Amino acid sequence: MKVRAQIGMVLNLDKCIGCHTCSITCKNVWTSREGVEYAWFNNVETKPGVGFPKEWENQDKWNGGWIRNKKGNLELKIGAKRRVLANIFANPDLPEIDDYYEPFDFDYQHLHTAKDSKHQPVARPRSLISGQRMEKIEWGPNWEEILGTEFAKRKKDKNFDEVVQKDIYGQFEKTFMMYLPRLCEHCLNPACVAACPSGAIYKREEDGIVLIDQDKCRGWRMCVSGCPYKKIYYNWKTGKSEKCTFCFPRIEAGQPTTCSETCVGRIRYLGVLLYDADRIEEAANTPNEQDLYQAQLDIFLDPHDPEVQAAARKEGIAENWIQAAQRSPVYMMAMQWKVALPLHPEYRTLPMVWYVPPLSPIQSAVEAGHVGMNGEIPDLKSLRIPLRYLANMLTAGDEFPIVRALERMIAMRAYKRSQNVDGVEDLEVLKQVGLTQHQVEEMYRYMALANYEDRFVIPTSHRAYAENAYDLKGSCGFTFGNGCSDGNNDVNLFGAKKQSVRQVIPVTVKE
Amino acid sequence: MNYLNTFFFGIYPYIALAVMIIGTWMRYDREQFTWKTSSSQLLEKKQLRRGSIAFHIGILAIFAGHFVGLLTPGEVWHVLGISAGTKQLIAIVAGGLAGIVCFYGMTILIVRRLKNPRIRANSSTMDITILLLLYAQLILGLLSIFVSLGHMDGSTMLLLMSWAQNTLTFDATTAVAAMTDVHWIFKLHITLGLTIFLVFPFTRLVHMFSVPVQYIRRQHQIVRQKAAR
Repeated sequence: MKVRAQIGMVLNLDKCIGCHTCSITCKNVWTSREGVEYAWFNNVETKPGVGFPKEWENQDKWNGGWIRNKKGNLELKIGAKRRVLANIFANPDLPEIDDYYEPFDFDYQHLHTAKDSKHQPVARPRSLISGQRMEKIEWGPNWEEILGTEFAKRKKDKNFDEVVQKDIYGQFEKTFMMYLPRLCEHCLNPACVAACPSGAIYKREEDGIVLIDQDKCRGWRMCVSGCPYKKIYYNWKTGKSEKCTFCFPRIEAGQPTTCSETCVGRIRYLGVLLYDADRIEEAANTPNEQDLYQAQLDIFLDPHDPEVQAAARKEGIAENWIQAAQRSPVYMMAMQWKVALPLHPEYRTLPMVWYVPPLSPIQSAVEAGHVGMNGEIPDLKSLRIPLRYLANMLTAGDEFPIVRALERMIAMRAYKRSQNVDGVEDLEVLKQVGLTQHQVEEMYRYMALANYEDRFVIPTSHRAYAENAYDLKGSCGFTFGNGCSDGNNDVNLFGAKKQSVRQVIPVTVKE
Repeated sequence: MNYLNTFFFGIYPYIALAVMIIGTWMRYDREQFTWKTSSSQLLEKKQLRRGSIAFHIGILAIFAGHFVGLLTPGEVWHVLGISAGTKQLIAIVAGGLAGIVCFYGMTILIVRRLKNPRIRANSSTMDITILLLLYAQLILGLLSIFVSLGHMDGSTMLLLMSWAQNTLTFDATTAVAAMTDVHWIFKLHITLGLTIFLVFPFTRLVHMFSVPVQYIRRQHQIVRQKAAR
């Protein structure tokens, strides 16, 4: 047993209101630069839809993630190492900028400088790549917001596979929607790391954050293809790939990531998970796709177990990390209550950002009397969101864990309702879903109240012990590579464009 | 004309190689962030796929051909029983074929870089310069085939080999002497080639030193530990 610790995240989709605050704050902090205008380390998709970039979940098209090869070994879906290198001159599995969208800005200045005219002046869009006028914006990071675009396009959503009669969900009365905020999964078995020919991407041992070494990245762009979540973005300006950093400077200081901190719906949770690093490959290589969820649960370790604690100490995991693991909301939701599920476990990357499936559309149907009852719990088969759809998204198609999670959430509501409204404790409903009274009160505290200090249990990292703080005095801090050698004049001997300068292409307005 | 020969074939090679070696070393040491392939595939995929593969295969074959052809000592060819004439014929056929493949690819890449507004807007001056330099060099090389066809005995090739090998063994006088009477097209080809060496560290060509061969042997996963614990 080799114990490692990781900060994991859970998103409670049941409470996501799709406000995009997470995306915007993330963008402001990390990607408001040339070359990554199109990149959203965090984005919120409306499902069903093809998402961002288009059809990212369709691995028949993009070949992301892992597969088991004929010998029963794990292999990247883009191919074995030899094939990766053979494609190095032109990567056949790389999305083009139009699969994301062409980044644009508007000629706002024209509104100030327009001459007197019969019509209102308008700010027209122009491309941020070529600087040219864009007559029409064809696609954006969130084009399908609140079921935008016609169903014929949205039904390409891969999660519809094996959903019976998916066409009826295009009808106004039958349609459904949910939000899916997405960020890098900081996987235990990251495909991007394995795909990088330069070896520039790495997982940090101490907190599991996956980062790209900007100095080592050579721009072979295999990581973009390797990642099945399409959460690595190629910066077309710097020629290097970039990805979500899990706001590691904040995490190191014990603060939540920017997206989590600013989430107005309080849907995000951060906490430590201990896992057995020796069994990563075994878990990722589970033969049956539907067993991958359980396999990943099996390598998570119980932080209350004295043996695990001793093994963790032996690996040098600090005491405050072990304590944080015991209070980890992520551990509770994923392991104890089993309400949080991994996003697309069938990609075999063992993702570490998990999701509580959305419930709300069920309850409204129950109240309207449309749904049959199964004991104390409504029959989940007649839900607005098809179970199979959620199962395709979160459990590789296995409906049982979805049903268990949804029923437990309904039971929590039913219990608290009878407790607060009727003044009785409805133990029957708890028995049906296999929860104890204590557990459901904890669930209520964490998921319904969701206080800041319960949602975010982040131990500070012990940087001061690892590095000599005196040497860091007066150092460059965060720069665009190159340490302090940016130079004082605008010309770089080696042809790099200054990243701190925004090169705005002057607008010429035809009168 | 003699002083020009002395400069371009006796002195310029050392300037070019010195700048290349020291410049590349400096860039690798100081400017890792700029060390990259500068791929523009994200902005345009179809033309790149057609152009880049042909270009790279062609130019790698040509590079290998020049390396082996110019730097293998004459004795080795003698032992192998390959006469200068045969060697010239092989060079013309193999080099010509690779040259045509490369020409096809590079033509597409040049059109793409100059005509596609997205690519053009994100090309540095050096990106365009190096592409045109390589294109000119390739055309000169292909044209030299027609000159070579006029004398199939391999004598010019021996002179060029003598220049390259004597340059690398610091016998500049012999090297210059070998070049004095060759056709001007070879002189131009070599001078332009040396210029490409000269500008090498300042271009995206440096990515050729980062061919990720170690990837084949590498473990799939990389976990970095903190420096000290």
